Formats: sequence, structure tokens, C-alpha cells
Amino acid sequence: MTDAWTLGLRIGRGAALKALGLVVLAVFALILPVIAPDPATTNIAVFTVMYVGLATAWNIMGGYTGYISLGHAAFFGIGAYAFGLLVIHLNITPGYAPFLLVPVAGVLTAVFAVGIGWIALRTRAATFVIVTIAFMFIVQLLAENLVKLTGGGAGLSVPYPHDWGGDFFNTPFYYAMLALAVIALAASWWIRRSKFGLGLLAIRDDEDKALAVGVPTRAFKLTAFVISAALVGMIGAVYGYYVTYLYPQFVVDPLIGISMVLMTFLGGLGTLSGPVIGAVLLERAQLEFAYRFGASRLYLVLFSAVFLVVILILPRGIVPSVADLVRRWRRPAASDATTPAEQRVAS
Amino acid sequence: MSLVLQAAALGILTGGVYALMASGLTLIFGVMRIINVGHGALVVLGAYLSFALFRSFHIDPFVSLVVTMPAMFALGVVLQLAFIRPLKTDREALSVLVTYAIALGIEGVLGYVFTTNYVELRAWYETASFAIFGFHITYVYVFGFLLCLAILGALFLLLYRTTFGGAIRATMLNRTAAQLIGIDVDRVSALAFGVGVATAAAGGVVFGITNAFNPGSHYDLISRLLTIIVLGGLGSLRGAIIAALIMLVTEDITAVLISPVWANFVFFVILVAVLIVRPQGLYGVRVRDRI
Amino acid sequence: MSLLEVDDLSKRFGGVVAVDSCSLSVPAGSITGLIGPNGSGKTTVFNLVTGFIPRDGGDVRFKARSIAGLGPDRIYGLGIGRTFQLARIFPRLTALENMLVPVRRAGLRALLSHGQWGHEKARAMEMLEFMDISRVAGTLGGALSYGQRKLLELAAVMMARPELVLLDEPAGGVNPVLLERIAEHIRQLNGQGVTFLLVEHNMSFVMNLCHEVVVLHQGRVIAKGKPREVREDPAVLDAYLGA
Repeated sequence: MTDAWTLGLRIGRGAALKALGLVVLAVFALILPVIAPDPATTNIAVFTVMYVGLATAWNIMGGYTGYISLGHAAFFGIGAYAFGLLVIHLNITPGYAPFLLVPVAGVLTAVFAVGIGWIALRTRAATFVIVTIAFMFIVQLLAENLVKLTGGGAGLSVPYPHDWGGDFFNTPFYYAMLALAVIALAASWWIRRSKFGLGLLAIRDDEDKALAVGVPTRAFKLTAFVISAALVGMIGAVYGYYVTYLYPQFVVDPLIGISMVLMTFLGGLGTLSGPVIGAVLLERAQLEFAYRFGASRLYLVLFSAVFLVVILILPRGIVPSVADLVRRWRRPAASDATTPAEQRVAS
Repeated sequence: MSLVLQAAALGILTGGVYALMASGLTLIFGVMRIINVGHGALVVLGAYLSFALFRSFHIDPFVSLVVTMPAMFALGVVLQLAFIRPLKTDREALSVLVTYAIALGIEGVLGYVFTTNYVELRAWYETASFAIFGFHITYVYVFGFLLCLAILGALFLLLYRTTFGGAIRATMLNRTAAQLIGIDVDRVSALAFGVGVATAAAGGVVFGITNAFNPGSHYDLISRLLTIIVLGGLGSLRGAIIAALIMLVTEDITAVLISPVWANFVFFVILVAVLIVRPQGLYGVRVRDRI
Repeated sequence: MSLLEVDDLSKRFGGVVAVDSCSLSVPAGSITGLIGPNGSGKTTVFNLVTGFIPRDGGDVRFKARSIAGLGPDRIYGLGIGRTFQLARIFPRLTALENMLVPVRRAGLRALLSHGQWGHEKARAMEMLEFMDISRVAGTLGGALSYGQRKLLELAAVMMARPELVLLDEPAGGVNPVLLERIAEHIRQLNGQGVTFLLVEHNMSFVMNLCHEVVVLHQGRVIAKGKPREVREDPAVLDAYLGA
């Protein structure tokens, strides 16, 4: 009796602590531009939150289903260009209004994702990776060559609000990125707790077995893919608005695509907080490296070294490895495999 | 018409180069089931090694292979042991990231040592050509093609006529079964990776002779190589060769008939078209897990 | 009334004929055994019936409707479940989560709603109780013993209340005590109206459990009938001894 009670108390205390932590984090995130209004900091904040959203969105497909897409940069670019073209051709005056077009860009990206996903998902996991890379290059090529539409290599200029002063400019974008990151996290959380999400995890473990118990694998995979793509597209749209000039190689950028993947792996594939932690840590490191070694090509070497070290030491990512350590520290006698369902769902 | 024929001939010659490069990549996938996204960077590395040997000691690129191939073989084995073998879980996915990291590392080092200026591999006889059926083919292209044939031939001999090759093929077909009959799959994997990287060195020489390159060239290269092996069927050597020829010939003919811009596209268009109809590629096997 | 009818089914892999004009029927409410020497095509028949591999010829009918050509997920939705030769469960999900994966009706509401969750969870725990493995509900599938996995696999398959269950070597790799438990579970479920078709090598298991037995040899049906009849059939003895 006492055991169950103390266990309940411990879980209750753990959950309360977690909730408190989340509240603190949320408050901090919301007031960041107020306590640190200098453009340098807010710029870092914009990119950090952007990657939190990207990694979380990517995780919905890559982490839950196990189908690794290395071409998500394609959707980032499609979202950016869709947004830019909409703003230009619909003659929207720059300011807050264009933010309303972000969901539209998301929908357009989703439409492309249905087509791309339908083809790419005809293959199994290994080939899927390559096909997504191929599609990314197709989109990049299209962006470069459909000059009348996208401006080609010369780029596309996206109208921006001139009246937002230098100090203020970053702030609305920060909140826009934050909103999208929250939406991505909410979607990820909800999916994970639903039967749909359970089906995705089953597909990751054993796709044929999932089929054998009635999981409609093709429909599920495609849905996860499209949701993931739409979110990335919306984030791309805000990015396009932020940088005000779209070049094919910088918007459909393999490095952005690989970053969101690496961040998720670093944090913990398939977990909820993993992509967030991975994004925050890695973005910090990336900016640091680019600042110090950007000129010489050495930053690539450093980046890759960090990459390799992380993957070899923490192959499962930070969150699962830390969770394991904590569990072992708490109950050294208990077997690692017995994790009460409540504790697992929370990560 | 003769332009088309010339384009076709060029396509075959360059197809041979890509076939050589793709063969290493598909071999690595077949044995270890990993996608070596760094293969393009390894080809570029091979090209730079030959370039360095030429620049410092005036060694002919083809001759430099005597040095670079064994060196790259050793590098391949080391890379496999250091970065691939330790991966226990989630191997396929993690290996993509690891090999990408290796590619970035190579790109960084090459950029630091050689700068990002474009270079080319030169040979003193590179302008010499001969005429056949009314158009000229340079000797370098022919030597390059012959080299590809030679190395591919050697690869086939290795795979189908030696015990080691048998061990490789067994591991490709069924890793567990191979272990059960006493094959040291770990050793086979490491050595096979070395072989794959050695072929990249050879590919690098021919690639470097026929293209200007810089450390960043590996992106374009790997996207094409990956497309080729998917078209051919992952793990199929025969598929890689045929796919390479098809892709390159079509690309070169498109460049002549339509425009070089759209020729880049053709690559991916063919891939998409084939995937819709035959997801496993030309010679791939429809993979179903053990049922 | 026969629940499942296999009609002239054929399948070849390259030069090997795995299944050769195989015809059999499974009476509703029965426990039917499918036996035969190694390589006789039993698992291939299972894979053909459940839609994992495409057939070369013939038809498969479930409740008089043809199901040939349907995918495995559709077939499970129609009410046919199956287990695998080497028990397959989802290793990174807990036993309870394993139970909650099966999908009978893939409607949007059913998938997204959480209200169903509580109801399904209760049923899942009941099922785990029935199989005597409820105490490992929170354990990851990968950490379970082989026997526990076998029981879990069957329990999970039963979640969507299939009318016909195909068991591939339910007695394989299992100790005698567990064997008896499994046989008992099958009998109880059969008593509740579930029809079973099982592939097995363990003869006493088959003889004790099955109402009907079908014998396969080199992809063809060579005998069918009551277990005792089939056991004495000279053609069957020949096939086993000769193989």
C-alpha cells in the first residue's frame, strides 16, 4: 500500500515539476523579445525557434514512421516561393497582413507533398531516402530554371515592411516562428497519443506486421508525410518573408534539410522533446562555428566532427539516453525494460 | 543526326565513368545495407589526390592510380571500422548521417588545402584525338573508358571468381546465413567498403579528367549517383552499369536536342517515371521482410 | 458452411512451384490443421490467403466473397487474422501498446478520437488477463520472453475480433507447459466462435486439437479428413517418410 502511495506521490511530484518547467519555458519564450530586444539576439532567437519547428515537424515523419526524408528542404523552398509569389501577385501590402498567407503556403506545400509522397512512398525505407533527395534536387532545379516564375538564379524579391524599424523588425517574425513551433509541437503531441500515432510507431518497428493487424500503412505514411511537409512549408514561408530575397540554393538548401534531421537524431528520434533540445543545442553550435570559422572551410570539418562524435557516443539521442540514466539512477535494481506506461508517454 | 550520334557516343563514354562510380556505391549498399552519401566526396577526394600527385611530381593521372587506389582502399577500411561498424541500432538511418558527416569533413579539408577554385586533371596528351566516323574523340576519353571497363571487369572477376567475392555475394544475399556458414561478415563488410572506396579513386581520375571540379562538386555528383543506383536497383551491379549508360546517353542526347538546362532534369524525370512503374528499379528485388 | 474456401490456388517462385492447384475449405467454427513435410507450401498458402504475396492462379473466398488480390490490412479488416512462424510483435512498444495497434475500421473518427482509448484499453487488459500475461502490460515487447511474445501476438490479433485466425506454428519453440496453455486458449476462443486454421509440425498437438486436417505435399493437397483418418492414410505416410 505504502509503495503505491509513494510511487503515486513521486509520479505526481515528477509531473508537477515537469508542468512547472514547461510554464517557465513558455513564459521565457513569450517575453524574450522584451527582455533582450537587440536585433542580434532576436535574430538568433528567430533561427533557433525556426529549427525547433522544423525538427519537430520532420520528426512526425522521420521519427514516428522511421522513413527518413533527406529532401524536406524541398518543402521548405516550396513554402517560401509559394508565399513570395502569393504576396507579389496578390499585391498584399507588406506588414502583418502577409502572415495570413502562411497557412495558404502550407496548403500549397501539402498539395505538392501528396504528389511527391505518393511516388516516394512506393518504395521501401532505404530507397525512400534517396528518392526524397532526388525530389529536393528536382525542386531546386525547377526553382533555378522556371525563371519567369521564380526569378531563377537571380532570385525573387519578397516585399517587406519598410516601416518596421531596424530594432523592431525581427520581433513579429520571432512570434510567427514561435507560433508555428508551438503548432508543430501540438500536432506532434496529439498524433503521438492517438491511434494514428501508434500505427506510425508500429510501422517503424515492423511494417509488414502492422499490415497484418490492419494498419493501412500507405495511407498512414502519406498522411504523416503531408502533415510534416505542410508544417515545414509554413515555416519556409515565414523564412522567405524574413530574409526578403529568395535564391534557389539558399532556400532549397540541403544543409537546412540535413540540419533538421541531425537535430532530431541528436535530441532523440521519435520523442517529443528530443527535436526541441537538439534544435536549441545544434543551432547554437552552428551559429558559433559559422561565426568563428565561416571564412575558411574548417567550420565544415568541425561541424562534421561534432556530428560524428555525437552519433557514435549517443546513437539513440540525448533524451532517451538521459532518460535511461535517470531511470537507472533511481532504481538500480529494476530492469531497464519495465517502464510504466505513464512515464513513457510523457517523453 | 551526326550530332545525336556524337552525343550518344559521349553518353556511352561518360556513362562508363558513372557506371564505375556507381558500382562502388551499390556494392557498399548491397553488403552493408547502408547508403554511402559520402561516395561523391570520396570520388572528389580521389581526383584531388591524383591532382596533387600530378602537381607535385608530374605523375600522369592514370599512373597515379597505382598509389591512390591502395591508399583509398585503406582509407575505406579505416572509415568503415571507425564510423560504420560501431553503429549498432538504426543502422540504415544513422549511416546516412555518418557518411554525410564524412562527406562534409572531406569537403572541409579539401577546401582548406586546395581552396574552392575549380581545377582539372591534366595529361600531356590530352588534346590528342583521333577521328572515327567523321567525329573526333580525344584519347583521354578513350583511356578513361578503357580504365572503367578494366576496373569493372576486375570487379566482376573479384565477385564471381574468387572466394572473397563469393563471401561478399553471400553477405549481400543473406547476412545471417553467411554468418552461419562461417563467413566473417564484419571483415567482409570492412573490406568491401575498402573496395568500394578504391573504385571511387579510379572514378575520381576519370571524373577529374573529363570535368572541372572543386570540393563542392560532390553534391551534384552524389545526387546523380544515387539516382543511378536507385534506377538500377539497390545492390545490383549489373543494374548500376545499365542505369548509368541509360541516364548519361539520354542526358547527352537531350542536351543536344533540347537544351543543356533540361538535360539536368532528364535524370530525375527518368527516375520518377521508373519509380512509378517499377519501384524496385530495373534489377532490384521487391524486398519483403521474412514473412 | 465453409468460412474460408481456397480454390485451385497456385504460386511459383521462378522455377519452384510452391503451391500447386491447392483446394481446401475451412468449416466455420472448426479448428482445422494444415500439415505436411517441410517445403510443402504451408506458409506460402498462408501468405497467399492473407494477401502478403500475389497469387499466380486460383481464388480465395471468405464468407463466399472473393478476397484474392486484397492487401493484408484489408483482409484483417474483413475478419481474418494471422500469426507468424517466428512470433512477431512490436519490440519498441509495450505489451499494452501492442494490443492497441490493431485496426479493424480505419475511419477518421475512430483513429483520432481519444474517447475510444479508455474502452479499448479495458478490453486489451481483459485480453491480456485471459492469456495470463497482464502483469507484463507495461513491459517493452523487445524485453519479453519468447513464450510471452507468442501469447501477446495471439492476444493482439484477437483485439479486432477476427472470425478466422490463421496460426503459423503456434507450438513452435514452446515448452510443454506453455504448449498446453496455448492449446487451452485456442479451445476457449474456438468455444466463443472463432474458427482456426493452423499450420503445425507437432503431430500430437494437431491430433488433440483439430477437428479436421488437410495434408499438403509439394504444394498439393494429398489428403483431408478427421485427424485419425489422415494419420493412417498411406499417401500421407509416404509423403512424410519419403520426404
